[in-house]
Amino acid sequence: MLRFTIERIMMMIPTLIAVSVLIFLIIELPEGDILSNRIDEMRASGEDAAIARVEALYEQYDLDEPLFTRYLIWVGAYPGNRGFSGLLQGDLGWSFTYERPVSEIVGEGIVLTVVLNLATVVFIYIVAFPIGVYSATRPYSVGDYGFTFLGYLGLATPNFLLGLILLYYFNRWFGVSIGGLMAPEYLGEPWTLSKFLSVMQHMVVPVIVIGTAGTAAMIRRLRANLLDELQKPYVTTARAKGMGETAALIKYPLRMALNPFIADIGNLLPSLVSGSVIVSLVLNLPTIGPVLLTSLQTQDIYLSGFILLFVAVLTLFGMLVSDLLLGWLDPRIRMDGEAPS
Amino acid sequence: MTEHYVNPAPFSPDAERDAGRALPADASSLALMWLKFKRHKLAVISAFILVVLYASIPFTELIAPYDVRTRHADFIHAPPQAIHFMHEGRFIGPHTKAYEQTVDLHTFRRIYVPTGEADPLRFFCMGESYRFWGLAPGSFHFVCPDEDGTLFLMGTDRLGRDMFSRIVHGTRISLTVGLVGITISFVLGLIIGGVAGYFGGWVDNIVQRFIELIRSLPELPLWMALSAAIPIRWSPILVYFGITIILGLLDWPGLARAVRSKFLALREEDFVTSARLMGASPRRIIFRHLAPNFMSHLIASATLSIPTMILGETALSFLGLGLRSPITSWGVLLNEAQNLAAVEFYPWLLLPMLPVILTILAFNFFGDGLRDAADPYT
Repeated sequence: MLRFTIERIMMMIPTLIAVSVLIFLIIELPEGDILSNRIDEMRASGEDAAIARVEALYEQYDLDEPLFTRYLIWVGAYPGNRGFSGLLQGDLGWSFTYERPVSEIVGEGIVLTVVLNLATVVFIYIVAFPIGVYSATRPYSVGDYGFTFLGYLGLATPNFLLGLILLYYFNRWFGVSIGGLMAPEYLGEPWTLSKFLSVMQHMVVPVIVIGTAGTAAMIRRLRANLLDELQKPYVTTARAKGMGETAALIKYPLRMALNPFIADIGNLLPSLVSGSVIVSLVLNLPTIGPVLLTSLQTQDIYLSGFILLFVAVLTLFGMLVSDLLLGWLDPRIRMDGEAPS
Repeated sequence: MTEHYVNPAPFSPDAERDAGRALPADASSLALMWLKFKRHKLAVISAFILVVLYASIPFTELIAPYDVRTRHADFIHAPPQAIHFMHEGRFIGPHTKAYEQTVDLHTFRRIYVPTGEADPLRFFCMGESYRFWGLAPGSFHFVCPDEDGTLFLMGTDRLGRDMFSRIVHGTRISLTVGLVGITISFVLGLIIGGVAGYFGGWVDNIVQRFIELIRSLPELPLWMALSAAIPIRWSPILVYFGITIILGLLDWPGLARAVRSKFLALREEDFVTSARLMGASPRRIIFRHLAPNFMSHLIASATLSIPTMILGETALSFLGLGLRSPITSWGVLLNEAQNLAAVEFYPWLLLPMLPVILTILAFNFFGDGLRDAADPYT
């Protein structure tokens, strides 16, 4: 297991390098950059004093270097004008719009993004598991069709609209305040139980909205797998030998069907993270979603670059966890590639 | 002498073999696929809906009673108008009741009350003039309001533009975004997957890693980043193509992977070996024997990824990163409904979500049906 874990983590390194190159290329894609734009603007309005300051920033962040050098400087594998100072050294760069270090801006948002996505994953498993098992053990029943229909509807409704509508009705029925992560009176207050409860209340809508599509997919997957397993001869044998229905379900078929259920989180995570970005924008949650949008619009490259990279790393990390879980559950996977002894 | 009985029906040597089958055993694959597809009732209904929606695209200007830009300054945020048939106890055919506008002085909201005045609808009529596909001028509509009446089937927006007309115009853009995008993704997937499957070895390895890489990245943030790179000074039509290319660029890995695995699996099949032994050229093997086998699967999985693209366009336009007015797509329309005031006071602004949901559902069921039908021999 240890060897499997180490191998799996080592495999992430080339992936990470490729991801960072890809992301750097994408954020560099728009013509021009924020500082040149600003210098042009200032020149047009005749603010010569400020230009010198911006030009100093331009110089300091090596924006005049060629693309490849800038990438290396960004990552921290090549000395720029500030020496070795990049992602590898823990320097996330400078946000030119907020005029603060990137790490200060994204710090809180990152924690919240992780919490939100984790909560959604938990939500998906908690909801999808019982419904999937129910649908598989009672296929073609009213309940089965009902859940399938709900699932399809969840898949087809655009996330952001569902968010908007749910938000409205939660406010109307339960008095949850609109937008944000907590009721306005708790902003800036120390953590108390009621503040925590307020945060939990505000998490409900985003978690449901982000989780619907994933839950629907999970239910369908688990239902299909479990149905396949239940029709196998060994289940009939178990029943014929007088094993109880529940035991004949839980002991073997469920365990077999659980594998893809866990492996699927790897496929699910990218769409979850995508969903959390857009839903945060609509619901005005202080995650990194809204920051990403503004930084992309203003070409604040270090800010948007870091957020994109972080989002990618979050999904890669999720896949790592699902692979490790699978390896732990299923010896066939972790033994794969090792010589049979 | 009793006459010898002869069955007058023509004799078919295959009759016994084909008994109990809907089609003869040597029926073409296409016929078998059609038979199997027909059994999936939801897929058939969905196909019908999609055909109707796509068939409306060439005639957008004729279906919409108003132009996409026409503003009715007197009818801002007017609710949907009902179609009545009876007027003062008498049947006078389909008509709308004229709106009378009052302003609530406490909330400053416009309130529209139907008056007793009936405005009969006209059919196959000359109404507002338009440029057909932006080219030929015309003024023929399938339905027009009365000369001095209005027809707001789905209400009006903040500038008094008819929502129904705008949704009909949005259909043209939103539905074609998916088609253009999937074409790009299809071509890329075929070429890259084919190359990987054909050459194998290290080429295959690199392509495989690259596919895994792209599939592991969250789509929306990447779409956002790429569409933020579209220059602002581009014309709306260029932006439209830019967006479709972006949607297609991130979608091909799934298709490429399917092509590759089919290629690898089919290469080892007996029928390919026998074709080779009978002296068929590689080209004949690929196009006559391999392609028909994986094409149906490929088309089915491509169909299943069209809804993702339509939703992607909707999301991007909703965020203001995708299409912008004057191009009208469902996402652009929903962008204007992006506030709680819309949900609270003007819920008809959210109506563009109905065609979105309907289309996505239809494509999903249709794709499911195609996928089942793609393998008619099981």
